[in-house]
Amino acid sequence: MYRPAAPTGQLNGPAPAGASVRAARARTRTAYLRHVAGKLGGAAVSLLAVLVTSFFLFRLIPGDPVKYMTGGRQVSAEQLAAYRREFGLDLPLWQQFTDYCGKALTGDLGTSYQFRAPVIDKITEALPNTLLLTGTAFVLYTALGIVLGTRSAWRRGRLGDRLNTGLALALYSVPSFWLGLLLIIVFSVGMGPIPGLFPTGGMESGGEEGFAYVVDVAHHLVLPVITLVAVEYGQTLLVTRSALLDEMGSDYLTTARAKGLRDDLVRRRHAVPNAMLPTMTLIFVNLGRTVAGVILVETVFSWPGLGGLFYQALSVPDLPLVQGLFFVFASAVIVMNTLADLIYPLLDPRVGR
Amino acid sequence: MTTDATPPSTPPSPSPGIPPSPPPGTPPASPRAPKGGPRALALQRRRHSAARFWKQYRTHRAGLLGLAALAFFALAALTAPLTVGSDVAGVTSAPGRPLESPSGEFPLGTDQFGRDLLGLVVWGSRVSLLVGLLAAVLSVAIGALVGITAGHFRGAYATVMMRITDWFLVMPALVLAVALATVMSRSLGTIVLAIGVTSWPTTARLVRAQTLAVEARPYIERAKALGGGHWHIMSRHVLPNVMPLVLAQTTLMISSSVLAEATLAFLGLGDPTVVSWGGLLQDAREAGAVSSGDWWYLVPPGIAIALVALAFTLCGRAVESVLNPRLGVAR
Repeated sequence: MYRPAAPTGQLNGPAPAGASVRAARARTRTAYLRHVAGKLGGAAVSLLAVLVTSFFLFRLIPGDPVKYMTGGRQVSAEQLAAYRREFGLDLPLWQQFTDYCGKALTGDLGTSYQFRAPVIDKITEALPNTLLLTGTAFVLYTALGIVLGTRSAWRRGRLGDRLNTGLALALYSVPSFWLGLLLIIVFSVGMGPIPGLFPTGGMESGGEEGFAYVVDVAHHLVLPVITLVAVEYGQTLLVTRSALLDEMGSDYLTTARAKGLRDDLVRRRHAVPNAMLPTMTLIFVNLGRTVAGVILVETVFSWPGLGGLFYQALSVPDLPLVQGLFFVFASAVIVMNTLADLIYPLLDPRVGR
Repeated sequence: MTTDATPPSTPPSPSPGIPPSPPPGTPPASPRAPKGGPRALALQRRRHSAARFWKQYRTHRAGLLGLAALAFFALAALTAPLTVGSDVAGVTSAPGRPLESPSGEFPLGTDQFGRDLLGLVVWGSRVSLLVGLLAAVLSVAIGALVGITAGHFRGAYATVMMRITDWFLVMPALVLAVALATVMSRSLGTIVLAIGVTSWPTTARLVRAQTLAVEARPYIERAKALGGGHWHIMSRHVLPNVMPLVLAQTTLMISSSVLAEATLAFLGLGDPTVVSWGGLLQDAREAGAVSSGDWWYLVPPGIAIALVALAFTLCGRAVESVLNPRLGVAR
């Protein structure tokens, strides 16, 4: 079967050019390792910057953090001093900073004011729930966006394309929390002839076990996932569409058609793989937007994940928890982007060589 | 064509996507160009390119639709003091009973204080649009400044600036904005600042790429040879050429700023003393409109946000595709 973007090393055949192919492969391997080292170094610097920001940003706050802990109750001076000692707020700023960095490296992000529990425990508790929601939504909206975006570009300017991009743009402009609230009203509370089909929030009804538990969680998952997919797929669609349009004028597509390939083969085997590369990069760069969407959707649906926790922490404000979550959100995006950077040259032989 | 300055002998523009304001110093295209020095010439050329721009923009139906929607919202916001007045937001002398469904007297119903929702939505457009506009201008201004300087001054400065830009680019902007809004006082200025300083990196990258492209052209070398300094080159040669891009970017950025404002207000970080669309949604949620199924309380502010954001996006995409036809935006 014809492969449009086969690496040159495989086309040459093994016997005559074996040594030079081996040498070329060794060269590309070294180049790739250098690429990896550069990206990992960059990511480490970014993570460090996030750590520093997360510390100093939340020290800008006017007023005494201890005030938030006591929640406006009348407290004696001794008690305030005790609180300060407990959270290490009586130390000089630079010492707080070195303590914070040292502890963060061992996975200790401080103690939450409102829960009186280590921040890291609250985060690890909520993380799987967020991963479940985000992962499901991410897979669905990426797939939906790529499929619809490809269709749209291939039939550019037709009615289907116009409807597709129009709907994507409209949903892209809708505030995710508002869409979530509307879905709750229509499908959970029930409206007119529609009965309450789905739970209004949370992740489980409680008391279920085994398979029934899985079904229950899936039942709770439906509306939040629909909300996230609806507001996020538009971006993937538009990116895929414009990447594919960029490829569509290319000569190799004319060649493929001239060979007599069927239209969908030209699309699937030739155009789409090449359009996928810029699409993948942009999907990962746009992950920051998904993080924002997750925070809002979890808040609206009372999903017990990191986003919901962030909202709870904000309303106090519970600074160590906000700070810890800020660090987690930012590092998640940085780590995902670095992963994309590492995978990219493996997919596209032109990058990083 | 709207301009009367076009001589009939001028050939039609060869390619539809020429960036406006060509470099100064090119010989005049028509022998019948008005006399009056380079300034008048430049002015005439600007008018030409504006007319050419409008002629192409008109072919984008979605862009025109967005423009019409924007004109409508702008009119509503500007005339709000005459049509609804500022006392629509007062809770003490509210005209209706709490949480009335839509009726002849209150077309969109009332909120939990008995205030007229239609009036509140119209009044709220002022804050939402103002914050969106200011935040976008701030964001694009930072982005353009960073982009132009990073493209003009190469070397260590550019490397450091682009590292910072990349870092901001991967940061979840909302989380950063929320963090900023949390640590500062609750006011509109805070919201503008929080959105503005977190959303500029995309603009910076685009402007830098364009700056690099402009500075590679020979007329920049000529300007340098004639003794043009950094400021002269950046302000007289680079800026006019990146301006169209900056305008398109501003239009797109307003759309996301309006959404960001609504989001921050919804998270309870907005100024509680002013009425905005996001604030109305938060009020609705706190008043229990969701669990009691009062959809008419939630729908109007959300639709307003979505329409404004969509209108700005449509305009921005139309502007973008006029400037860069290769983007292939559907008409």
